[in-house]
Amino acid sequence: MFGLFKKFKDGFAKTVSAIAAKTGGLFGGRKIDASSLETLEEALYTADFGVETTAEILAEIKAAYKKDKELRGQDAAAIGAAVLKRVLAGAEGVLADLPKGGPRPPGAGGSETASGDRVPPLPVVIAMIGVNGSGKTTTSAKLAWRLKQDGKTVVLAACDTFRAAAVEQLKTWATRLELEIIASHTGADAAAVAFDAWQAAKARGRDYLIVDTAGRLHTKSHLMDELAKIRRVLQKNDPTAPQHRWLVVDGSLGSNSIEQARVFHESFGLTGLVVTKLDGTSRGGALVGIYRQLKIPIYFLGLGEQAEDLQPFSVDNYVKAVFGPGE
Amino acid sequence: MFESLTDKLGSALRNLRGVGKLSDENMREALKEVRTALLAADVHFKVARDFVERVQAQCVGQEVVKSVTPGQQVVKIINDELVRLLGEGSTALSTARPLKILMVGLHGSGKTTSTAKLGKLLKKRGYRPLVAACDIYRPAAIDQLEILAKQEELDFYADRTSRDVPAIGTAALAAASAAGCDCIIFDTAGRLQIDADLIEEVKRLHAKVQPDEVLLVADGALGQEAVNVAKTFHDALALTGLVLTKLDGDARGGAALSMKAITGVPIKFIGTGEKTGDFDTFYPDRLASRILGMGDVVSLVEKAQENIDQKEAEKMAEKMRKADFNLEDFLAQMQQVKKMGSMQSIIGMMPGMSGMQLPEGADKEMARTEAIIKSMTLQERRKPDLLNGNRRQRIAKGAGVKIVDVNQLLKQFQQMQKMMKMMKGGGAKKMMRQMEAMKGKGGFPGM
Ligand SMILES: Nc1nc2c(ncn2[C@@H]2O[C@H](COP(=O)(O)OP(=O)(O)OP(=O)(O)O)[C@@H](O)[C@H]2O)c(=O)[nH]1
Ligand SMILES: [Mg+2]
Repeated sequence: MFGLFKKFKDGFAKTVSAIAAKTGGLFGGRKIDASSLETLEEALYTADFGVETTAEILAEIKAAYKKDKELRGQDAAAIGAAVLKRVLAGAEGVLADLPKGGPRPPGAGGSETASGDRVPPLPVVIAMIGVNGSGKTTTSAKLAWRLKQDGKTVVLAACDTFRAAAVEQLKTWATRLELEIIASHTGADAAAVAFDAWQAAKARGRDYLIVDTAGRLHTKSHLMDELAKIRRVLQKNDPTAPQHRWLVVDGSLGSNSIEQARVFHESFGLTGLVVTKLDGTSRGGALVGIYRQLKIPIYFLGLGEQAEDLQPFSVDNYVKAVFGPGE
Repeated sequence: MFESLTDKLGSALRNLRGVGKLSDENMREALKEVRTALLAADVHFKVARDFVERVQAQCVGQEVVKSVTPGQQVVKIINDELVRLLGEGSTALSTARPLKILMVGLHGSGKTTSTAKLGKLLKKRGYRPLVAACDIYRPAAIDQLEILAKQEELDFYADRTSRDVPAIGTAALAAASAAGCDCIIFDTAGRLQIDADLIEEVKRLHAKVQPDEVLLVADGALGQEAVNVAKTFHDALALTGLVLTKLDGDARGGAALSMKAITGVPIKFIGTGEKTGDFDTFYPDRLASRILGMGDVVSLVEKAQENIDQKEAEKMAEKMRKADFNLEDFLAQMQQVKKMGSMQSIIGMMPGMSGMQLPEGADKEMARTEAIIKSMTLQERRKPDLLNGNRRQRIAKGAGVKIVDVNQLLKQFQQMQKMMKMMKGGGAKKMMRQMEAMKGKGGFPGM
C-alpha cells in the first residue's frame, strides 16, 4: 500500500514542484499581497481547473485576505485545498462497489446447484470509452494486470475493430502480461466481439470482463450509436452489463474534456472516469471541472506507460499534489 | 455555447455609443470578457494576458464607428489580431529533395495517422514518399503504420528487431534512396516533453537524419500544458511547423494560439477526421473564429457568396424578417442552399453547430421535401392553408410519398414560420433554443 502511495507522489512530484516554482514563497510563510495573488491566479488557471473553480478559490482567498491582512501563503494554500476538497467531495470511485443499476439476473452473484456445485457469478463488465488516443487500450491492460495482482480473474475484449492494429496492440499487452483475451480481426463487428467475450468470461467463470473500445470523438453521432449497440448486445447476456462505463480522459487536455464527458454521459450513462498521462507536468485540473459539473466519480489515474502505472484516485493525494504538502 | 463573444462584448460595451473614443477606462469590462473567453478556450494564461494587452493598445484612442456597434468593432480588432498571429509564417513545406520530415509529439496526439495522411497528401503532390516506423515502444505501433502505408500505397520501412532508433532512421534513409523515394516521413513514439531519456533519443535521431521539417503533432483540445510541450520540443528539436489534430471535435483550439505564440512556428496542417483524406492546409481565419466561439462564419459567408445570387438572397432575408415566407420561397431557398454543398458541410460551418451531426439521409430528406413542394400548385405553395385532406392526398401521390410525409413537412413549415415570427420579435436566441429543441426531436426542417 505504501508503495502505491509513493508511486502516486512520484508521479506528482513534478507537479508539486511546478506549482511551487510558480508561486515561489507564496505557499510558505510570506504575507500575501496583490502581486502574489496574481501569481496564484496564474497557477490556478494553468492547472486547467477552469474559470469556475479558479474564481471560487480566488474569491475565498480574497475574502480571507480582506478580513486578515496578515494572511500568509500557507493559509492561502489551505483555503485553496479546502475549496478543492469541497468540490471533489465524493469523487473517489471504488471498484468493489457496483454502481447502482437495475436488479441483476438471478444467479448473477453466484449460486449453488442442487447437487452442491458452485456456479460462479456473472462477470462484472467494465467498458472503456473515450476520444481517440486518450489511453483506453493501455488503461484496459493496466487495469487487467492490477486486478490480476489482486487475485481476480479477468478477460480482455478487443472491441476496437476499427483502428489499424488496435487489435494487435491489445494482444501484445495480453501476451506481455499473460492476460486472457478475446479478439477478432480489424473490420469485425465490435458488438459481436463483446458478446463472444462475455460468453467466454462467463463460461470460464471469470470475475471481470474489460472491454476496450475504439476511440471516437463525442461529436460523431453514428459512432456514439455503435457504443449503444455494444451495450445492447452485452445486455442480452446480463441486463446490468456493462456495470462500469468509464470514460478515459487525457489529463493534458483542457476544457473540452468537460464537453467530452457531458456528451458521452448523455448517450452512454458514464459511471466513472480514468484520467491518464498525469506523469507529465499537466495537473489534470479538467477532472475537477468534470466532477463539478457531472459528479462522475474518478476511479484511477494513469501515471505512465507501464502496467503498474495505474493508481486509484485519492482526493487527499490529488489536493496535496496540487497545493503542496504544506509544511 | 451559442452566446458568442460578440454578444458578451456587446453588453460590456453597451454604453459606449456616442462616447466618441475607446479608452482604457471604458474598455476595462469588455477586455475582461475577452480574457475570460480566451481562457475558457484554453489559451494559456500568459498568452491571453499578452494578447489582451495588444488588443487594448490597438483599441484605445479609436473613434467609435457610427455604422457598427462598439462590440462588433472590438470583435473585429480582436479577430484581425488573432488571424494575424495565427497566420504568421508560411504553411509551405521545405522544397528540399529528398524531403525529410520528422513527426514528434505527446502520446496519443495523432502522429501515426498524421504521418500516413501527410504521405498521402505529398504523394498527390507528386512525391514518392516512404514512411519510416520509429516508434519501437507502443505495442503494435509499427503494425499500425504498416497497415496505413499499404492502404495508401506508400513505401514503408521498419526494423522490428532493432532498439536503436537513430540507427533505424539512418537505415530508413538508405532504404528510401534505394527505392527511389524523394520524401521520407519519420513516425516517432509519443513522449512526454519532460522525459529526458526519450527527448535525448529523438534528438539523436534528428542529428542522424537531419530533417528539413520537424512537425509537432498536437491535439487541438490540449489545455494549458500546450505551452510547456511546444516550448520544450522546440528547444530540443527546432520545430518548423505544427500539426493540429482532432479538429473534427468541438474543442475551441486555444492551445494552438498558445503554441504559436510561444514558439513562433507556423501551424501548417490540421487533421479533421480519422480517414487519411481528412487532412487540410491550415487557415488562420477559421481557427480564429473557432477560438472566439463564432463558428466558421468566414467560410460560410464565402460559400454563400460564391453560390448565392445576391439580390435573391436579400429579397429572401427581407421576407424572412417580415415573416412573410411561403412554400414557394422555401423551395427557392432550398435550391440555393443545395448549390452550396451537402447539408452536413453547411451545418458544420454554422456558429455553435460545428459539432452537430445531421441524421443520416438529411440530404435525401431534402430531396423528398423538394418533390412534395413541386407537386403543389403555385397557389397552394403561396397559401399552404388551402391544403385540405384531398389536396394533400393528391400531392402525396404526385411526389411518390406517404401522406404523413406531406403532413410532417407542413408541420415543420409552420414551426419555421413561428421561428421567423420570433426572430421578428428580436429573439434570435429564442430561435436558437427552438432549433435545438427541433434538433432533439430529429425533425430538422429541410431548410
Ligand atoms: N505517459 C503516459 N502515456 C500514456 C498513459 N496512458 C496511455 N499512454 C500512452 O498514450 C498513447 C495512446 O494510448 P492508447 O492506450 O493507445 O490510447 P487509446 O485511447 O486506446 O487510443 P485509440 O484506440 O487510438 O483511440 C500510447 O502511446 C500509450 O502508451 C499514461 O498514463 N502516461
Ligand atoms: Mg485503443
